[in-house]
Amino acid sequence: MEKDQHTHIVKYKTYVYVLIALLFMTFVSVIVTEIDLGPYTVTMALLLASIKSLLVLLIFMHLKFDKKFYGIMVASVFLLLACVIVITFMDYLYR
Amino acid sequence: MNDHQVHIDEHRDDEGAKTGMWIFIFTELLLFGGLFIAYSVYRYLNPLAFHLAAEELDTTLGTINTVILLVSSMTIAMSISAIQYKNKKLTLILMAVTMLLALAFMVNKYFEWSGKISHGIYPGSMTLQEASRGELLFFGLYYAMTGLHALHILIGMAFIGYVMHLVVKNEVQHDNFVILENSGLYWHLVDLIWIFLFPLFYLIT
Repeated sequence: MEKDQHTHIVKYKTYVYVLIALLFMTFVSVIVTEIDLGPYTVTMALLLASIKSLLVLLIFMHLKFDKKFYGIMVASVFLLLACVIVITFMDYLYR
Repeated sequence: MNDHQVHIDEHRDDEGAKTGMWIFIFTELLLFGGLFIAYSVYRYLNPLAFHLAAEELDTTLGTINTVILLVSSMTIAMSISAIQYKNKKLTLILMAVTMLLALAFMVNKYFEWSGKISHGIYPGSMTLQEASRGELLFFGLYYAMTGLHALHILIGMAFIGYVMHLVVKNEVQHDNFVILENSGLYWHLVDLIWIFLFPLFYLIT
């Protein structure tokens, strides 16, 4: 018998829905940055990019279906990156 | 039950292989993360020059490339489902589509870069030497970051091409496809980086 390893098969349909959501958010971010929202433009663009990357990580990269261990590792790396960004900007904003 | 496919004494560690791929992806994320920080700090220090320079970039080309990468990410993800359904033909078709989309991305990138270069905007050009420090930084970061990303596209294409060869030779099958998963993870990383490069360079002006 084969080894019981990757039992979860993601349906094609799921991927199509995720792609539609990703494309939708891409076009929203293009439109949002074209109509100038002032200081909110950057926030909106980065917020949409973050949601998009979350979808890619969870569904395309299977973090939702894999062992929790992978998700925790990925979250830690993003936390590390966030800490470095915050510390760098604290330096530049308050020096 | 396919008895000839049983490998009882085979030594294989799929979880180890996948964990290794993820750790490699973390180093890539930190590499690009560092570049994103450099970009944000210089943008903070030179807001006006970055605004003017970013207007030079073609949002349409950037959007087309975003769509291309998102679709290619879906096709490579689908190829993993296809191999699990034991559909070798569909797996290969989906991988080939991913490769073609990657090629389309590179063709777009070629036209984008050659357009910039023909306008005299490239590292070390006379135009940029006369430009302000902020514009110099913007285009330096633009070429470095999109160039490094394009290099990842090429490596991803080579990786996927190699795995296609393994699929053809039946060395990647429904019960043994961790290398296909790993090439997929690499491709999604390339997509993930572009998801942030696109708004930072093309959208926010």
